[in-house]
Amino acid sequence: MTIFMLNAAGTVSFWTATKTLAEGWLENCTLFALTLVFALPLGLIITFGSMSKFKPLSYLTRTFVWIIRGTPLMLQLMVVFYVPGLLFETPFKNRMLAALIAFVINYAAYFSEIYRGGIESIPKGQYEACQVLGMTKSQTFFKVILMQVVKRVVPPMGNEIITLVKDTSLARIIAVAEILMTAEIYTAKGIIWPLFYTAVYFLAFCGILTLLFGFIEKKLDYYKG
Amino acid sequence: MAILEVRKLYKSFGSNNVLKGIDFDLEEGKVLSIIGSSGSGKTTLLRCITSLETADKGSITVNGKMVFDDENHHKLTKEEIRKNRLSVGLVFQDFHLFPQYTVLKNVTLACELQAKKDPQWKQNKKQILADIEENAKTILAKVGLSEKLNAYPCELSGGQKQRVSIARALAMNPSILFFDEPTSALDPELTGEILKVIRDLAAAKMTMVIVTHEMAFARDVSDHVIFMDGGVIVEEGDPEQVINNPQQERTKHFLSRFQEK
Ligand SMILES: Nc1ncnc2c1ncn2[C@@H]1O[C@H](COP(=O)(O)OP(=O)(O)OP(=O)(O)O)[C@@H](O)[C@H]1O
Ligand SMILES: [Mg+2]
Repeated sequence: MTIFMLNAAGTVSFWTATKTLAEGWLENCTLFALTLVFALPLGLIITFGSMSKFKPLSYLTRTFVWIIRGTPLMLQLMVVFYVPGLLFETPFKNRMLAALIAFVINYAAYFSEIYRGGIESIPKGQYEACQVLGMTKSQTFFKVILMQVVKRVVPPMGNEIITLVKDTSLARIIAVAEILMTAEIYTAKGIIWPLFYTAVYFLAFCGILTLLFGFIEKKLDYYKG
Repeated sequence: MAILEVRKLYKSFGSNNVLKGIDFDLEEGKVLSIIGSSGSGKTTLLRCITSLETADKGSITVNGKMVFDDENHHKLTKEEIRKNRLSVGLVFQDFHLFPQYTVLKNVTLACELQAKKDPQWKQNKKQILADIEENAKTILAKVGLSEKLNAYPCELSGGQKQRVSIARALAMNPSILFFDEPTSALDPELTGEILKVIRDLAAAKMTMVIVTHEMAFARDVSDHVIFMDGGVIVEEGDPEQVINNPQQERTKHFLSRFQEK
């Protein structure tokens, strides 16, 4: 953990706070990036599960999605972190790993529903046109359907990913030293402003993401439908 | 031998018996029009022949190859069904173009994917792709879309979209081309351009089956007309005969309602 450098007057300089908070922010960014890396593909697998024609699989997957979406992420974090300890008396040593597991599961469930909505919104006629042209199922999906799904899911995915940025702070509940937890150490010493200052990090990052998604949407705007 | 043979074809959806024993043949190079009121099973018939639906009973043969046959109880594999589809083309009422691809790519895509299965593909990739593109351009020129090769479907009029979809089907070089009300989704002033394309194809001896409500067109372009009602063929024959001088009450009734419109 960072050594907090308070000066003689018991205050903290702007630059010291910026640097210290940045270290916490790095944890948020790590959690954010790794969650995306694993949850984006896992979400697609869950989608295929919930859309499966094999009913037991689809019911099972949908129940899973219902549980994950129906309970608070904070609770899921605690379950992942504490339950293995209670069951096997081997508590999680790596808090970040515990947080990552909870986040990946949670976000994969949300992503899967967005993907499913996207896939189901593609008109049946697109599939039939491919069929009569003699395309195989995988050609149909990868050459025709996927791009249309991507276009349709970009706006809701943008929303969800921006929510993820802010949710990374929830990892504080299992004591991952993310930015809010870092700021709270100042708060405990009676210095409040760094806590509010954390908002700047979130705003800047979400601002960049908003621009990025705007750009992607524009890129995909060359056709309609 | 007829290029298309449909024998005693039955199809129901649940308790709704839609096709109740359809029987007909089509010779190569001929044009068949199917007319009939809404819900009489015309679309279902085309969908069974193009393997978008599986019929319940009867048999369908295209170009001597079995597409469906309940008696042999020989279940076709997915791959066989896919191969069978290559010998038929279907033009939908509402086009179903691929919105993310240009006009040219809409026409070449399926050909390219098909060509990848060709043993020659690896050595000859460039040449094969060039041939496919050349062929697509020729077909698009025939339907009057040479100017629109790089346009996206959303930039086209309904009539142009339908011409792309005809070109897309033709590019696969099908033995028979099926049309399901190709002008019904179009403004009346745009139907002419589609009918002209179909006329040109008929003149070039393309084998076609056209479901249509354009009676005058059906009479002019086709060699044979089938009137369907309630899942059966009520009357069929020479176009002049069926449309101008129907024998059956149901046909007369249907056609008279048509003239009122
Ligand atoms: N996938 C389906 N599931 C259930 N019923 C269907 C399905 N497709 C068609 N039907 C039913 O089959 C009957 C015949 O429909 P079909 O579309 O073949 O008629 P059509 O002659 O093409 O009519 P139209 O002139 O309106 O296009 C209708 O009663 C319709 O409700
Ligand atoms: Mg129909």
